[in-house]
Amino acid sequence: MSKPRVAIFDFACCEGCQLQIVNLEEEIIDLVGAVDVVEWREAMSEQSHEYDIAIVEGSITRPEDEHRLQIIRSRAKILIALGACATIGGVNKMKNNFDLNEVKRCVYGKDAEMPHLATTTTRALHEVVDVDFKIHGCPINGEEFKQVVRDLLLGKKPVIPTYPVCVECKAKENVCRYEYDEICLGPIIRAGCGAPCPSAGWRCFGCRGLVDNPNVDAAKEVMEKYNLTVDDLKQKMVLFNSK
Amino acid sequence: MSKNININVHHITRVEGHGNIVVNITDGTIETCQWQVPEAPRFFEAMVRGRRYDDIQTIVSRICGICSISHSLVATRAVEDALKLEVSEQTDLVRHLMHYSEQLQSHVLHVGYLVAPDLFGEKSVVPLIPKATDAVKTIIKAHRVANQMSALLCGRITHPVTLTPGGMTRVPTEDELRSLKKELEAIVPDLVTICNVVLSAAEALPDFTRETEYVSLKQNQPQYKGTLQEYTFYHGDITSTDLNGKPPVPAAKWESVANEYVHPQSTAKWTKWHRDAYAAGALARFNNNAELLSPLGKKVAEMFGLKKGCCNPYFNSIAQLAECAHVVEGSLEVIDELLTRGLKPEKVKVALRAGRGHAGIEAPRGILFHSYEFDKNGECVWGNCCIPTNQNHANIQLDFEKLVPQFMDEGQDALRQKMEMLVRAYDPCISCSTHYLDIEFVK
Repeated sequence: MSKPRVAIFDFACCEGCQLQIVNLEEEIIDLVGAVDVVEWREAMSEQSHEYDIAIVEGSITRPEDEHRLQIIRSRAKILIALGACATIGGVNKMKNNFDLNEVKRCVYGKDAEMPHLATTTTRALHEVVDVDFKIHGCPINGEEFKQVVRDLLLGKKPVIPTYPVCVECKAKENVCRYEYDEICLGPIIRAGCGAPCPSAGWRCFGCRGLVDNPNVDAAKEVMEKYNLTVDDLKQKMVLFNSK
Repeated sequence: MSKNININVHHITRVEGHGNIVVNITDGTIETCQWQVPEAPRFFEAMVRGRRYDDIQTIVSRICGICSISHSLVATRAVEDALKLEVSEQTDLVRHLMHYSEQLQSHVLHVGYLVAPDLFGEKSVVPLIPKATDAVKTIIKAHRVANQMSALLCGRITHPVTLTPGGMTRVPTEDELRSLKKELEAIVPDLVTICNVVLSAAEALPDFTRETEYVSLKQNQPQYKGTLQEYTFYHGDITSTDLNGKPPVPAAKWESVANEYVHPQSTAKWTKWHRDAYAAGALARFNNNAELLSPLGKKVAEMFGLKKGCCNPYFNSIAQLAECAHVVEGSLEVIDELLTRGLKPEKVKVALRAGRGHAGIEAPRGILFHSYEFDKNGECVWGNCCIPTNQNHANIQLDFEKLVPQFMDEGQDALRQKMEMLVRAYDPCISCSTHYLDIEFVK
């Protein structure tokens, strides 16, 4: 069997999730041996229109980007959304909380109306094209990335956690952030990151998006226990989970 | 040799973000010579409005994945300036170390993975894996150690989670610092190996110079009692090779240095200070601070014949190698200082107040400024960021205008290669474009 051809693309993002692939360090040698990387602009000059798997980082914020993503979709058998900007829109969606013309004026002042500064409502990839798999996080977890690639190479369907961050945070024996009078998104956000933020003394910011079927009753109970409301929780969703 | 040249590099490869190179030469006459940047704008300065003072560094860290530590650090310090928060010397030292880890990681990535393929005539590092396995593995090892250092100090490699205005949410243990010290000591010989590998191909660096202004931080006072004045990435004022004895400018006044403006033929915000363009980055730092490099840093510069006053932009990568040696030796000193003092847990206290704050820092690819204003409830009402790559675009354009006539007789492919290498030498980080850039320059 020939090696699957992989291409990596990016849209509006910080390219930090592609960096996590580079950050696999020595293991990247095995990875580029197991697949045929045919295009990866950030790291290689080679280019190709023929690929089986497209890995796409970033959000869609302009009509020309929507068009480019559709072309990538039409060429790829499998399309993987890489990182929060691609899977949920991430920080880029905070823009959607403002009037778009006002946002442009805020940054560009008198030049805001120039045609090339056009920006549309920020969208995650699945809001534009069909996405086969999502690797969540800001940034992604390199271990999870390897697991997804391994599963795809073995013809298996990758398993993405459907339980909340609290599960992984508890396993690390962290003191709950609510005990520090903080509002942590751990109870409703998808695990798979290994809870690095609560482990370093911060709350969960919610970069992996809502877990499937979040246990709303349990979240309400936590809110009640600490004299908080679900609205307080929603307010904290602005950073990575704006609409 | 052909007198007609058409270069249209759409989305130049092996750089962070999206840039285009366009050159049209007809019958030996240069009609177009452009460096264009079509990156999708993300509007960070608008998005931070309404967010709490302690969410700012988490948001703006996402300006750039490669220099997320610099963005987080400079934002945290700008917030601290606005709220008048003092941090402990321990916090300052740990942050210093965290910043060093990013310089090392970013420089090794840039020189080893993005620049080296040009020197060895390859399109990427991938074909070099079978051809020069040991060299590639040595580069990967140095990159890994730098990332392990970031992970220890920042809570993870990219987008730090240990910083908070007023201090740190987590400081490393003394044992963790001792093991880090061992790892860093062990990569010193590896760095020398990497320098020798680059030196073996250094004749591939084009012979091109253009005098310009070099802008960086400079520290004229030692930070703490008993420490030395240093080759600074973290503290200090803004200096320039064009200051001619005038005092450096405080980072808080960065807007009067960057002088962001819209080019008459473009919509881009460019920057200029004493002349039409200036350069930021490792070569700028070197040209302003070379005598303060660590012993091994100086040795590396000597290996390549890099001397203060160098105006060959391709030597930015060599200045980065000298800085790699410097930050490893500098990190060992900071670790010793922290171990001598002993690490203590910190409690962060914040009293809110309305105010505006500013900070400047050296990101791996050059001087970086952030400013924010907060209301009395700690909500952000205004933000402004000026990133190093913005400050280099006008200089890249001017380099192009000198480089194209100098090398056009070598033909289209050789010229294109030199122009791509020039852009890469600046280590641009175009996603950082918090301001949209679209540079049109038609002669």
